[in-house]
Amino acid sequence: MSARMQLRTETVDIAGWTVVSVFGEVDVATAPDLKERLTGLVNEGRVKLVLDLSGVDFLDSTGLGMIVSALKRARTHGGDLRIVCTEARITRLFEITGLDKALTVMPTVDAAVAGS
Amino acid sequence: MAVVELEIPARPAYLSLVRLIVDAAVGSLAPGLSVARLDDLKIAVTEACSNAIEAHEAICADGPVVVRCTIEDHQVTVDIVDRGRGFDPERVEVLPAATDPRRLRHESGLGIPLMRTLTDEVTFMPQADGTRVSLTVYRPPP
Repeated sequence: MSARMQLRTETVDIAGWTVVSVFGEVDVATAPDLKERLTGLVNEGRVKLVLDLSGVDFLDSTGLGMIVSALKRARTHGGDLRIVCTEARITRLFEITGLDKALTVMPTVDAAVAGS
Repeated sequence: MAVVELEIPARPAYLSLVRLIVDAAVGSLAPGLSVARLDDLKIAVTEACSNAIEAHEAICADGPVVVRCTIEDHQVTVDIVDRGRGFDPERVEVLPAATDPRRLRHESGLGIPLMRTLTDEVTFMPQADGTRVSLTVYRPPP
């Protein structure tokens, strides 16, 4: 059973933002891989990140913690991290934990990359 | 009443399997439960199993983590039993408010609040050789 089979990412640059689309399940088995991917991007100087969770089937507290970590790292380097999410079961987790007030959650990638 | 029990090695790679089994067992044996409520239960079970696996890893405990689904007429209960280091849920750190900038210093500690919010009943039962977490969601009347 391979944890890596549960998670896939695609990265594209749009309007000065690096958009990372995530597909699969984000839990304690897969979150470290995603954290490593986002840390690598920030270390490359790509500090304006959009994390598109539209393709995520499952997210837990470890995934939320990973997002907080990536957000802090991006902001520390002068950037930001925005979330794209449309699934109610995922957006609800941001609302329950209050993280929707600590970071930007948008319904589309176009909306997330709009503005500075 | 129906009971479905699963034993998994205490490793994160098995969390996905736990969700599959809970989904199949509860989905087929408790048809009155909504998809959204089943999703809530799977998140709570994942949180409890993640804590159980971490507890096993902390003391290099042998043995499996047990996940037991009990489907009754009015409720579904999932018990997660580990043989790791026990903990006191009342001593879990309270996170700053979301509007407090200090909130972003905390990357962990969200699991227990999620379990409490997403289920109708949560019970943490420290035992001599581990912890039992019991998660219950109510079924609507038929």
